[in-house]
Amino acid sequence: MARTNKILVLFVHPAIHKSRINYRMVKAIEDVDSITLVKLYDEYPDFHINVKREQERLLDHDIIIWHHPFYWYSAPSILKEWIDLVLEHGFAYGRKGTALKGKKVMSAISTGGRFEAYKQGGYNNFSIDQFLAPFKQTVQLCHMEYLPPFVIHGTHLLSDEEITAQAENYKNILVSLRDGLFNFDDMHSYGYMNDLLK
Amino acid sequence: MNEQNFFFQALVYLTAAVISVPIAKRLGLGSVLGYLLAGIIIGPFVLGFIGGEGEDVMHFAEFGVVMMLFLIGLELRPNLLWRMKQSIFGLGGLQVVFTAMIIAFVAMIFKQDVNQALTIGLILALSSTAIVVQSLSEKGQLKSQAGQSSFSVLLFQDIAFIPILALLPLLVSEASSQTGSTGTGHDAAGHAVSGLGGGLQVLLILGLMATIILVGRFLARHIFRIIARTRLREIFTATALLLVIAIAVAMEQVGLSPALGAFLAGVVLADNEYRHELESDIEPFKGLLLGLFFIAVGASINFSLLIEKPGIILGFLGILLAVKFSVLFLLGRLFKLKSGQELLFAFALAQGGEFAFVLISFSQQNGILAGEVSSLLLIIVALSMALTPLFLLINDKIIQPFFSHAENEQEKIEIKEKDNPVIIAGFGRFGVVIGRFLIAHGFKATILDNNPDNIDVLRKFGFKVYYGDASRPDLLHAAGVERAKILVLAIDDREKSLRIVDFVKREHPHLTIIGRAVDMKHSYEYLKRGILDFNRDTFDSSLELGAKALQYLGFNRYQAARAARTFKHHDTEVLHELFKHYEQDEKQYLNEARRFSKELEELLQTEQNQSIHESDTAWDVTTLREEVREIYAEIEKNQNDTDAN
Repeated sequence: MARTNKILVLFVHPAIHKSRINYRMVKAIEDVDSITLVKLYDEYPDFHINVKREQERLLDHDIIIWHHPFYWYSAPSILKEWIDLVLEHGFAYGRKGTALKGKKVMSAISTGGRFEAYKQGGYNNFSIDQFLAPFKQTVQLCHMEYLPPFVIHGTHLLSDEEITAQAENYKNILVSLRDGLFNFDDMHSYGYMNDLLK
Repeated sequence: MNEQNFFFQALVYLTAAVISVPIAKRLGLGSVLGYLLAGIIIGPFVLGFIGGEGEDVMHFAEFGVVMMLFLIGLELRPNLLWRMKQSIFGLGGLQVVFTAMIIAFVAMIFKQDVNQALTIGLILALSSTAIVVQSLSEKGQLKSQAGQSSFSVLLFQDIAFIPILALLPLLVSEASSQTGSTGTGHDAAGHAVSGLGGGLQVLLILGLMATIILVGRFLARHIFRIIARTRLREIFTATALLLVIAIAVAMEQVGLSPALGAFLAGVVLADNEYRHELESDIEPFKGLLLGLFFIAVGASINFSLLIEKPGIILGFLGILLAVKFSVLFLLGRLFKLKSGQELLFAFALAQGGEFAFVLISFSQQNGILAGEVSSLLLIIVALSMALTPLFLLINDKIIQPFFSHAENEQEKIEIKEKDNPVIIAGFGRFGVVIGRFLIAHGFKATILDNNPDNIDVLRKFGFKVYYGDASRPDLLHAAGVERAKILVLAIDDREKSLRIVDFVKREHPHLTIIGRAVDMKHSYEYLKRGILDFNRDTFDSSLELGAKALQYLGFNRYQAARAARTFKHHDTEVLHELFKHYEQDEKQYLNEARRFSKELEELLQTEQNQSIHESDTAWDVTTLREEVREIYAEIEKNQNDTDAN
């Protein structure tokens, strides 16, 4: 298990200058070895995604992170555009579309709502896991493995120290993934990736 | 004049103009000086190709001034003219009155009697519309504050010319009779003229003006439309010429300046939809006639007289220039022209004018002025006209830079406090959008521009504006290049922009430069200097219009917009590809004339090689559809097989 996984972080935030948490999360991981950080909104301000370049990036990495704030129970729009265009038929899915086979994908998201809000009868009625179903199935259709998400809840209430700690957690998760410290087989018994650090 | 003679003259004039004007332009002297020098060279005192007929030519060529005023009128809407009334009558009136009085006073010191002195004063108070307007418009200074004021004064002089012409005969009896009953005689004569012809004349003038306005407003457009429908270009040109000539003749008949009438007609037609056709039809005639006029002025300078009495002539010339200059300068101050502008104003109008030639010979014929005085006046006026372009040149190159520099020094301190992060060099059609955009986002920009008009407006809206050539290091320095973060090069001059890049990269490497590229070669030159953020100034708008064309060809809107975006990215790739070629064989690019077509060829070639049509497969479900059909076909087949079994 000593193999180093190459990690591709697709960071998806349309207004990073207004962000408290994601900004710090990005800062925490941007200079880490074997982690490639791609800011989709920076790279494609006109939404004109270079499909070829993105596919090559995917091929060049083992683990892909979709890192974004949780907008309307989903991702900011450019990630959908990215999924629409990059995960082409014949490349990512379909009979001959096996280029991504065996890679792993993890969502890293931040939400204003607290953990308790995400359950039946709670403020948001459904769990994060349920909301992430389209992402999960997208990944599975592309013959990849969808890891439990890394989630930061209740972002509006976090103090500076707590944010720093969460950013550090995020980095630790990615570093552990990179270094193959987790056993992927029992990873799925955890709800959130965060639990692995406890 | 026989035919051969005419063609020989045309040959001489045209050769002189074709040779000397480009040289003068090249040397930065301006076309007026070129024509004048050409006139001097072919005139009786150097080569002698043209002799005494120069005067006739001059009178004929004066018609160029009429055309020029017609064209100026076309550019000037009536309400703009109305706004100028104060400077026309105030500034113009005071200039004529004061200058005439002071010159008359000087003339009296030199033993001219009152009437002669007054005649000389009035003659010399007038300036040269031809020289001033042509010189200023060539330098783009006609619309500056000084240019507008100069024009107002010239317009007033045009108006004043006719009364002066009417006044001169009254001064005759006075001078020749030399009796004691000065006052009464004068009064009597004055009443006699204005009493008899005056009433009728005023009526005629008003009638003619009304006719011009009515015809111009209501009839002209129909006439032009009928003529234009013939689709005979030369008939339209003939109509335009006829119009101007008819006005000139009619004005002369009622005793008004033809130039004034033409100007009025121009203003009336300023709103006409055929304005631009009129302009382009009259323009070449005007240019040629004015050129001819300047040549004739040059040829008319009597150098033998100058060699005979250099002291007297140069002395009086100096006095004339000094008096006119001082009056103009003080009036400029009085009418609150900006510092520097009043100098331009004074230098521009300090000469005698073409009216003087008419008035001098008129006065001589009427016996007011002695022949000796007349020829002296003629050469002084001609010399003062010939010197004007030189003065303007000196003002531009030596005096004005000092002024704008002094101004910059003052404002530099202000800038330090404010620390504008952006400098925009060039604030024409291109730069202005960038400026507005940045301001809209709360960024203060310092602007460098060399259009004096813009500068007035921009200052009014609180922009920090520096007048002058943005490639001048001292100007960049004054604009705070040390403290700015970004320099936006929005000028359309390739060489200048690259000069600025080289200078800034060397002296202020911290500054980020983003640039307007005028074409591919310009883009390569930016790339070569390590500047990656540049835009070809017409590319994006052309592309957007291209996308609109796609829409009308059946693309839906998003499809067209996406196609344009894809093409834009594709173009960037092509550009970088071609840049490699450019670096390899740069020498091939030196042939300027062939460059565009060569660029085009390479561009299209590269385009063919990297087909854009295969690059955008977004949302294309063809392969998916095929696969699904295949799968269903297989299922069906299996089903049939099972059924068969």
